[in-house]
Amino acid sequence: MKQLLIIALTLSFYTAIGQVKISGKISNNKNNPISGVSISLKNTYDGTTSDSNGVYSFTTIEKDIQQMEVSITGYNILLQNIKLGLEPINLNFSLKEQITELKAVVISAGAFEAGDKNKGAVLSSLDIVTTPSANGDVTSAFKSLPGTQQVGESEGLFVRGGTATESKIYMDGNLVNNFFFTSTPGIATRGRFNPFLFKGTIFSTGGYSALYGQALSSALILESNDLPEKTEADLSFSVVGAGGGIQHLAKDKKSSWGISYNYANLWLAFNVIKQKQDYFQIPVAHQGDANFRIKTKNGGFLKYYGYLSSNKVGFRTPDIDSMNLKNAFSIDNINTYQNLNYKDRISGGWKINTGISFSTNKDDLKNELQDEANKKVTNSNQPLYQFKNFSLTNLAKYAQARFVLEKRIKGLSAIRFGSDYFYSNEQSTYALYNGSKFTDKITDHLYAGFAETDIYLTNNLAAKVGFRAEHSNIINRWNIAPRISLAYKLANNSQASFAYGIFYQNPERRLLPAATGIDYSKAAHYIFQYTRQTKDFTLRTELFYKKYEDLYKTVRGNNGNFLAYNNDGFGEAKGIELFWRDKKTIKNVDYWFSYSYLDTKRDFLNYPKSIQPSFAAKHTAAFIFKRFVLPWKTNFNFSYNFATGRPYYNIAFDSTLGKFTISDQGKTINYHNVSFSVNFLPNLGKKDARGFAVWVLGINNVFGQSQIFTYNYSSNGTRKEAVTPPSRRFVFIGCFLSFGVDRTQNAINNNL
Amino acid sequence: MKKLMFFSFVLMISFTSFAQSEKFSAAMKKNLDAMEASFKSPTDLISMANNFERIANAEKNQWLPFYYAAFCQVNGGFMEQDKSKVDAIANKASALIAKADSLSPNNSEISCIKSMIASCHMMVNPMQRWQEYGQVSSSNLEAAIAQDPANPRPYYLKGQGLKYTPEQFGGGCKTAKVALQTSLDKFTAFKPADELNPNWGKQQVENLMKECN
Repeated sequence: MKQLLIIALTLSFYTAIGQVKISGKISNNKNNPISGVSISLKNTYDGTTSDSNGVYSFTTIEKDIQQMEVSITGYNILLQNIKLGLEPINLNFSLKEQITELKAVVISAGAFEAGDKNKGAVLSSLDIVTTPSANGDVTSAFKSLPGTQQVGESEGLFVRGGTATESKIYMDGNLVNNFFFTSTPGIATRGRFNPFLFKGTIFSTGGYSALYGQALSSALILESNDLPEKTEADLSFSVVGAGGGIQHLAKDKKSSWGISYNYANLWLAFNVIKQKQDYFQIPVAHQGDANFRIKTKNGGFLKYYGYLSSNKVGFRTPDIDSMNLKNAFSIDNINTYQNLNYKDRISGGWKINTGISFSTNKDDLKNELQDEANKKVTNSNQPLYQFKNFSLTNLAKYAQARFVLEKRIKGLSAIRFGSDYFYSNEQSTYALYNGSKFTDKITDHLYAGFAETDIYLTNNLAAKVGFRAEHSNIINRWNIAPRISLAYKLANNSQASFAYGIFYQNPERRLLPAATGIDYSKAAHYIFQYTRQTKDFTLRTELFYKKYEDLYKTVRGNNGNFLAYNNDGFGEAKGIELFWRDKKTIKNVDYWFSYSYLDTKRDFLNYPKSIQPSFAAKHTAAFIFKRFVLPWKTNFNFSYNFATGRPYYNIAFDSTLGKFTISDQGKTINYHNVSFSVNFLPNLGKKDARGFAVWVLGINNVFGQSQIFTYNYSSNGTRKEAVTPPSRRFVFIGCFLSFGVDRTQNAINNNL
Repeated sequence: MKKLMFFSFVLMISFTSFAQSEKFSAAMKKNLDAMEASFKSPTDLISMANNFERIANAEKNQWLPFYYAAFCQVNGGFMEQDKSKVDAIANKASALIAKADSLSPNNSEISCIKSMIASCHMMVNPMQRWQEYGQVSSSNLEAAIAQDPANPRPYYLKGQGLKYTPEQFGGGCKTAKVALQTSLDKFTAFKPADELNPNWGKQQVENLMKECN
């Protein structure tokens, strides 16, 4: 009997089925119902999913204490113990939203981010090479974005009333000192680096993070590529030179190395397209680079990039102070750049980003006054002419070390801090016509420490608060720069942001050695931004006010150069900017439009008073239009850049008054540049093609519109001469071949 | 008495395990039968995915419920009209398929789902994501074919992808049909290991073939 009882009991364990109903409602903290929430009894099959009213209901045969799990992506999981009896259970839950990168607002005031992964993607590397007015030059492409000036007489980015030296360029966090080829009078030089080196770029026109300093106006932050998809080789031929390279990916896909070499020679181009300058040394450049990239266990990277180049150029231009003499100017340059960067996760949720860079630059510049037969004029007694025979040798060495530590604290919020050390050693020897030499050597140690925090209060409201402290030996005191940005997400796809920051900068090299007691120059930025972005279009407007203080005023040094004398300069800039990009409305067409209004005045260098500087136009606009014609496998690109005339001045020393005055001034004609390019991709879609080719034809200033950047004055001020581009038009023809990787996807990626 | 206790204990254990596998099969079958009907909306698919996930979490060492949960999630992602929600759905599917993968490594069926998840991410913004996710999607299909050459589903997914790729980029019906035909041939020979193992796709291939004719 007892035995039977045991068996019966054992069996009854399985048959005593009493179902109990569990139901309720699930809502968020604003009391709105959430549908699609999974409700389950842990370790059982029982559960259900909430309906569109957030209501759920299910039955279970489980007994006693069970754990109930309520979960849905985007909200924190909720666990609750319940005691199951015979009575139905009614349980309501309120879920708390997680702060996630997908939903959270992006702190973006001032910054244009470009890159495939970034939410704020604006320009990719392919955009850079297919923007006709940019001619494949990284920084030129950014001139199609608001905030920049269409300055053609010298290189660099002139942002919101700032000079080019107020914009700094960083590669993987490290400053690049000689980003551009050495300047030549009246001609803008190109950037040294290939746009395809970078997977992403952030172009900040103000209010940028405390991680960056020594730039009053803008920071262009370039991030180098990670591992290549496959091993590949590439070759290029064009009217300006030839090059080739290889990127090798290890079998385990954990590391890669690459080398490339490029030779540029403008002999052919300059023979076909007449240049204003008379070249006795056609521009020739040899450039080589090497890299390796190693992926670490934790998904971090160790990256090395090394660059070496040598280039020469020499040309004659008519001398402005005489009727028949010429200036023969030449440069011989050798430049090296090494950058080692390490980025990884370390224990305890910390991330480290550290890097060192080292670069050297050697310029041998020479100027000779020549007669009509190109013979050196040495017998002149006039100092004005004598001083035109000179040579200048610059030898610069730079080193940088930096680290940044970052830790995520709760959700997306993070703290980061770190330190930067910059070393610079710049020696220049100036040799006059009579053989007398002036040598000066400027060394600086600049230490910086910075700390920053990202605070995500909700998915809709975020703040970035930081500060940066710097000490430069040249100035010999500390500065402290606070930076704050706020971002608030409005209705779907749009957000409002605000940024404020103080920025400091040392005097640029040509103004050194400075008078003792000189301080940092300073700018304060106030930026308000509204952005609306969907995957098809981007609309952004920015309103900014920038106040400059302590700008450098100059005095004449021994060899006629200007040196920083005091901090009595000042200025301000205000304006409004608009950017619109649409990739969808017209099929296979991608176009963008940008407009900038700039109202700026400043008193610095030898300016006699506060004036609109010669590098700032009031209205600037750009329109870029790209159309891909699938059956022809051809991309047609069109760009139109416009700027209203810029003021120009003859600032001359008035010896009777004993000060600088404006002896003449005017305004240049409006600037128009219509450029056009065609990219033909013959192997597109041929699955078995061994190589992938891109043919490029580009014409800059198609209509040959007259462009005047500014005017140069003769010493006595009686004669002025327009500074114009070296040629009315430029035509580029080239072919780029790559082997090993099917670039079809790349092309589709950019064009569909 | 002791013997009887022991007997009862053994009975209990065996009954339990029998009941468990019976219960598992029954629950899986019930959901699999309802799965086709859930393809009418993303909400229904997510709810179906939740059903499979509950079974998966309770069983812990069965790859199939994780597999089906990921399959329903990713299809829900494809069907979702609000593109801003899709990445989160695809990420959820990724987490589920990763669990299936750890229980059954080198499984051709699992590689198919991984490919679908990458495609799902890509569809959010093909323009910007083609390069990254297109690569992941196709390499998973290659893996799926290598892991089980008899599996018709990787060919179906490949054919589907090609059909929606413009002809100029090497897609279109002509190339798609080659892959789809291979898939159909393999479906003819294909026998799932049991009634719970993956056996979907034939109807879809036939539909695509019809559209291409």
